[in-house]
Amino acid sequence: MADDAATTTTTAPRRSASDMLKRLFVRLGILPFLLVIAVVVFTLMSDNFLTGRNLMNVLRQSVYLMIVSLGQMLALLTGGFDLSVGTILAISSVVGAMTMASVYAMAPDMVWLAILLGCLGGITAGTMIGVVNGIGVAFFNVSPFMMSLGMASVGFGIALYLTGGVPVYGMPVAFGDVFGFGTMFGIPAPVWVAVGLVAALYVFLYQTPYGRYFYAVGGNLKAASLSGINTKGTLFFTYVLCAAFAAIAGMLLTARLDTGEANIGASMPLESIAACVIAGVSLRGGVGRLENVVLGALFIGLVQNGMNLARIESYLQTVVLGALLILAVIADQIRLRYVASLKD
Amino acid sequence: MNTSLHHDAGAQAQDARPLIETRAVTKDYPGVRALDGVDFELRPGEVHVLFGENGAGKSTLISILAGANQPSSGTIKVRGEDTHLGSVHEARELGISAVFQEFSLIPQMTVAENLFLGAEHARYGLLDKKRLRREAETILDELGFHIAPDQTVDHLTRAEQQMVEIAKAFRDELSVLILDEPTASLTNHETDQLFKLIGELTARGVGIVYITHRMAEIRRIGDRITVLRDGHYIDTVDANTTSEDELVRLMTGRMVGAIFPQISFKPGEEVLRVEGLTTPDDAVRDVSLNVRAGEIVGFAGLVGSGKSETMQACFGARPASAGQVTYKGEAINGASPGANIRRGFLYLPADRRTEGLMMMRSVRENMSLAALDAKQVRNGPFLSRAGEVAMVSELADRLNLSPNRVERAVDHFSGGNQQKAMLARSLTRDFDLIVFDEPTVGVDVGTRASIYEFIAGLAGQGVAVVLISSDLPEILHMSNRAYVFYRGAVQAELPASELTEENVLSHFFEREAA
Repeated sequence: MADDAATTTTTAPRRSASDMLKRLFVRLGILPFLLVIAVVVFTLMSDNFLTGRNLMNVLRQSVYLMIVSLGQMLALLTGGFDLSVGTILAISSVVGAMTMASVYAMAPDMVWLAILLGCLGGITAGTMIGVVNGIGVAFFNVSPFMMSLGMASVGFGIALYLTGGVPVYGMPVAFGDVFGFGTMFGIPAPVWVAVGLVAALYVFLYQTPYGRYFYAVGGNLKAASLSGINTKGTLFFTYVLCAAFAAIAGMLLTARLDTGEANIGASMPLESIAACVIAGVSLRGGVGRLENVVLGALFIGLVQNGMNLARIESYLQTVVLGALLILAVIADQIRLRYVASLKD
Repeated sequence: MNTSLHHDAGAQAQDARPLIETRAVTKDYPGVRALDGVDFELRPGEVHVLFGENGAGKSTLISILAGANQPSSGTIKVRGEDTHLGSVHEARELGISAVFQEFSLIPQMTVAENLFLGAEHARYGLLDKKRLRREAETILDELGFHIAPDQTVDHLTRAEQQMVEIAKAFRDELSVLILDEPTASLTNHETDQLFKLIGELTARGVGIVYITHRMAEIRRIGDRITVLRDGHYIDTVDANTTSEDELVRLMTGRMVGAIFPQISFKPGEEVLRVEGLTTPDDAVRDVSLNVRAGEIVGFAGLVGSGKSETMQACFGARPASAGQVTYKGEAINGASPGANIRRGFLYLPADRRTEGLMMMRSVRENMSLAALDAKQVRNGPFLSRAGEVAMVSELADRLNLSPNRVERAVDHFSGGNQQKAMLARSLTRDFDLIVFDEPTVGVDVGTRASIYEFIAGLAGQGVAVVLISSDLPEILHMSNRAYVFYRGAVQAELPASELTEENVLSHFFEREAA
């Protein structure tokens, strides 16, 4: 009798707890669960993981991926993707470094002019890749897959041709000191840049009508067009913005490395798409939230950092990353099934 | 137009054992009971119509009959014996086949390959293509379908694809054929052909389960009607003696007077004038017409007659090669949809799923989509979320969105409510000309009545309305003037006094436009 009462009282809350978990999963997606698991696992594996200093490290290291993922998210939202983000990083790094170095060589006392022109040149060069992507996708109906894959090859070739495969040196030391290693209120400079970009994109996406256009174009291109939205313009702008974000990340990485390199960013296409997908951005377009993508990029940084501390070999790390990406997609499918049954 | 094929077939089948029946069938989905203790029986040689609003449980019932879904409780009997229909395949072997609204054809394959998909003939493990083709030809011939077995499916018209889908059902011995709104995309001629086939099948003793929203079809081919409401069985009635009002009462559970509202038109000044409009693909040829404020102008004609394409070209959603389009005295040739919407001219497309709605986005975002640059939802360069929410919730109340949850994804609403979410766009800013393209396709009678009232209300406020419809009663009752289209050209303009069924129909096919 007493036993009976005890079991009924324990099963009732348990059922509601699993129901709660299910609702939480539907609302938030797989990411919060993965984050909790990752933190618990790595804390157990390494004493150095859960320290303020290490977490700041994670943040600083994830910043580049985070900025690239912001742009990648826009491409995914409109139902496409951008495989050329890695190349854009390389091109902006190479062109930026060469511009900066040559201006600095001509006018050694105008350090800040060199830095300004270098950044401008690098970001413009990277953005041009996006302009070409945008023209192809929006106006010639080339599939984003082919367009960005083609441009990835074109861009990488140009970057190698310009440098002959050798790193570009000769930038002013101030550039690396400020944008690579500088801090403000104890927080690294690249983090400040990322915070600014996230805030600006958040306002643009959710507080202006233009942000809604990205969701509309990915949600239903035809409906968006019949509702008076300039769909071609939106698509074009998507790839330009995506490239601009990647180019800014390229310049920040250049500052950190102190050299312009054609070989940076090779892992960016996969990692940025993974960050978005783990964050619940739909590959079919029209679905995904900015704040989740920020968390998604942080999560990937966290996992890489944790695996380094746990001394997991770098070859095995790529295995883990790929597996996580597939797991996220499967989880998303399961979530869609739950959404259909819960409806809200 | 009336055939009486079904009368004798129905009579001789009166006392035969049911081909298939369900007893107290219930189907539960998480959180929803889609069917609740439904009894249904199908006799040999009858056309048994399933009737009910969207979401009444018709689709669930036929998916159970076809073996695609299994009931949570209750029994299914096939020819009097308890049977478990575990899969579509099992049902097929018992002669039960279904043709759903969404086709299960592979567009890149040929007709013959599609017919035998999943049951290919093989010899020594290799495909026996000759036999495949021969048997496909036999089936098509037997059914009187003039389709070449080697044709790839994506080159066929929608009606021909439907025929291939039906022919697929004949691969095995057929005793029960389930048709889910088969005429939704067929022209009148193709519909006639389908009905002739249904007549031949019933004469052979095949039982047909038929889902439709169209009263005229029920009259024409139906023998009995089973009405479902909210997953419950309501009644089974005789198709030939039950009045339309009675059916609507059974379906909605309330007395419904006329579906169509009384409208008194006060046509004002001319809002749209079209002269000699032609499109490069010849879908529209030399069309001239005009629309006035406060009137509803009906556009009638067959599928592909140019009635939709004309307004799409005016709206800027389709290129025009010649002609003059004047909106309130201003030439708008070549203007984009966006520019036209800002002028006060809106076109609402016919196919809400592919052209109208972002299915996985919320009702709120779908309703406000065409008004994102309007003052109401703007706050300088920013979006005013408060203004948007206020506008959308007011519209949801006004249109009786059910359930009234504007943040829920449109995909999770019934067809009628999805349609409301799209039609609500016409109220998000002050439009002077609104084009409704097939506003009631796939919408239940209850919602249809409210959509008609809604459109009449707009015209009453002085909005110029164009109503494009393949549903003849809709044109006859709703418009004060109609243009009949035929092969891309205006065949006739009919003023209210000449707006009769015979008049409109006589222009559907008659003489080439001179």
